[in-house]
Amino acid sequence: MELDNTMLARLLTSLTLGFHIIFAAMGVGIPVIISVAEWLGIRKKDPMYTLMAKRWVKGFTVTVAVGVVTGTCIGLQLSLLWPSFMKVAGEAIALPLFLETFAFFFEAIFLGIYLYTWDRFKNPYIHWLFSLPVILGSTASAFFIMTVNAFMNTPQGFTLENGSIVDIQPLAAMFNPATPSKAGHMILSAYTVSAFILAAIAAWKILKGNKHVYYKKALNFTMVLSLIFAIGTAVWGDIAGKFLAQYQPAKLAAAEWHFETKTEAELILGGVLDPVTNEVKYGLKIPYALSILATNSPIGEVIGLDQIPRELWPPLFIHYLFDGMVVIGMYLLVVPLVYFACKRWKKGELPRYLMHLIIWGAPLSMLAIELGWIFSEVGRQPWILVGYMKTSNAATTADNVGEMLILFSLLYTFLAVVCTLVLKRMFKNKPAEAEL
Amino acid sequence: MPLETLAITVLWIFLYGYLIVASIDFGAGFFAYYCNLTGRDHIVNGIISRYLSPVWEVTNVFLIFFMIGLIGFFPDTAYYYGTALLVPGSIFLVLQSLRGSFYAFAHYGARNSKAYQFVYGVTGLFIPASLATVLTISEGGFLEKTGDEIVLLTGKLFTSPYSWAVVFLAIVSVLFISASFLTYYADRAKDTAAIKLLRSYAVAWSLPTIFASFLVFLSIHQHNPEHFANMMDVSWMFLLSFACFCGALALLLKKRNYGWAFILVMLQFAFAFFGYGQSHLPYLLYPYITIADSIASPAMSQALVIGLIAGLFLLIPSLILLMRLFLFDARYVEGRPVRK
Repeated sequence: MELDNTMLARLLTSLTLGFHIIFAAMGVGIPVIISVAEWLGIRKKDPMYTLMAKRWVKGFTVTVAVGVVTGTCIGLQLSLLWPSFMKVAGEAIALPLFLETFAFFFEAIFLGIYLYTWDRFKNPYIHWLFSLPVILGSTASAFFIMTVNAFMNTPQGFTLENGSIVDIQPLAAMFNPATPSKAGHMILSAYTVSAFILAAIAAWKILKGNKHVYYKKALNFTMVLSLIFAIGTAVWGDIAGKFLAQYQPAKLAAAEWHFETKTEAELILGGVLDPVTNEVKYGLKIPYALSILATNSPIGEVIGLDQIPRELWPPLFIHYLFDGMVVIGMYLLVVPLVYFACKRWKKGELPRYLMHLIIWGAPLSMLAIELGWIFSEVGRQPWILVGYMKTSNAATTADNVGEMLILFSLLYTFLAVVCTLVLKRMFKNKPAEAEL
Repeated sequence: MPLETLAITVLWIFLYGYLIVASIDFGAGFFAYYCNLTGRDHIVNGIISRYLSPVWEVTNVFLIFFMIGLIGFFPDTAYYYGTALLVPGSIFLVLQSLRGSFYAFAHYGARNSKAYQFVYGVTGLFIPASLATVLTISEGGFLEKTGDEIVLLTGKLFTSPYSWAVVFLAIVSVLFISASFLTYYADRAKDTAAIKLLRSYAVAWSLPTIFASFLVFLSIHQHNPEHFANMMDVSWMFLLSFACFCGALALLLKKRNYGWAFILVMLQFAFAFFGYGQSHLPYLLYPYITIADSIASPAMSQALVIGLIAGLFLLIPSLILLMRLFLFDARYVEGRPVRK
């Protein structure tokens, strides 16, 4: 790996995005869950749900702050690290970037109102109503920013003339083929990860021997949401797979080590690749599965890497990322099912191993988001604008990118440590039963 | 109005909005730190946190909005400023990140820590100084273009009297705007001790502010005579700005109508800011980028304008709602429980 400007800019961008997405995913998902909890609390007149909403909001304030500042970082780094890309493509993505900022602005205003008007209105539904624009803003901003990323994967809605983009059709650029599959899969996985994080907190308390009914209710509530969201994510993942087969066959073929174009293609789980002969060892081969994933038919033809020029292959290690994401996705689907099975057929206390499984769901779901993102981003290399511009032609020519990489690494480490400490301190000496 | 003029006008309004709300925030952080050092924090902390809590996140967005809008309408700015400002831009981001996240952290226990107060107070002065540098660079003379490479002439920037005048103006304006607003807010809260203290800050920072303004005015003459000549064409705006300043100072000295005093301060900066902006045109970066280098595609510029108008319809009522709930709600401002 050569540490030239392009590589350093890529590292710094991945570092910022990788850190930002942890908080961004929570920023999109947690408001939804809080809003449902508050609504249930008012409707059922059950103070437990209201308390859930209140406690989650407190933690959320801290994570959303980190999300906002790291989001500012990536927003600016787009121009600081990739000025040549912005010069060429900036005009085509101006609209969604602009709308994203509006959505974010809208969310910020109503988040402020929502956070500081508890107990301010006689009718509790008024306060609850303020959660809706927060959800609208956060989900819309995720959607708009995903259209930008989708555009980089399947650029359309413009013509290229002498190295500059002309004749732009803004809506065609925004609603490109990748938009539905990417935005839907990302938003749903953000919801899933948020549900699992909140479930893990409740499971942790129960595992520590806390028998208060608050935690049982919180666990049940978040498990219901986890199941719904995990199913949604998986179904949308299937849509995303079919999209790849049709529009980005190179990415799917590299992910599946699928070298020969053929029908009745098999899906490979795990395994080791021989770098010289391109033979897969120890992998688990599931017959017809790739054809089904790609085309909905067991005999469908799937394009292999033999159709792609060698210098345009994405790195083949993305196979592991793809597998990791899919396996965790399955895990997140099974755990809530096991939970409901236990509740249905087992009398008395829920087993301890189940609590462990739920707690592991939180970091694993976050890991799945990271893996999915790295897979998707590395999978379109060597392109930054697939089919139009190579990543190596887009990076800044300025010096000091290496120093900036160190600077931001320190910043994110510091933020991660302080954020964790603050969150721990916030809840350590304040159990829910004391607040009821 | 041609589209690019409309675009830069709206963006400039947003930057002005940022100038006001961010100054209040930055100054508040500094005053909180200063009062903490001198053992007077109990006087101002209530006022400051009641105001800042619901708005700290909104402040940030004004700036992001300006930057994304600028890049959207004038893509060349991303290339020039983006390449040249890697280091100063990154340092700004780090300061901004520390400050933004610290405000949320502080809510949950860290507020009384000296280290926290220090970071919050000091970044509040460094951030406006670093941002003001971008305005300095836009005057030209600090970037060098050789082939495709754009380099920021850091040495020249650090030794230029003009650039230091701008930094000085940024810092003192922040303190002056913030103190005038907080005086008004304390007055609404009927908090006599806080009024007294904050009013004294407002008066103390008024003269340095006007002095710095003249300094910048004169050093532009040295640095970019063409711009200075344009400024002379709209000199009435600067005169009005000065008149507003005199009015604000008079009211502060007379200890009454703090609301009007703050409005006059806002007008003072509005006239100066828009006079500066107007005379800066047509250049966005002298002499490389003018507003004629805006987006080439008519479909995209149309879409952006529609997006802009739709967005404003969403934002303006929301902002008014936010202000009604937290700024113009007497019970909230006074720190009494509100129930409606």
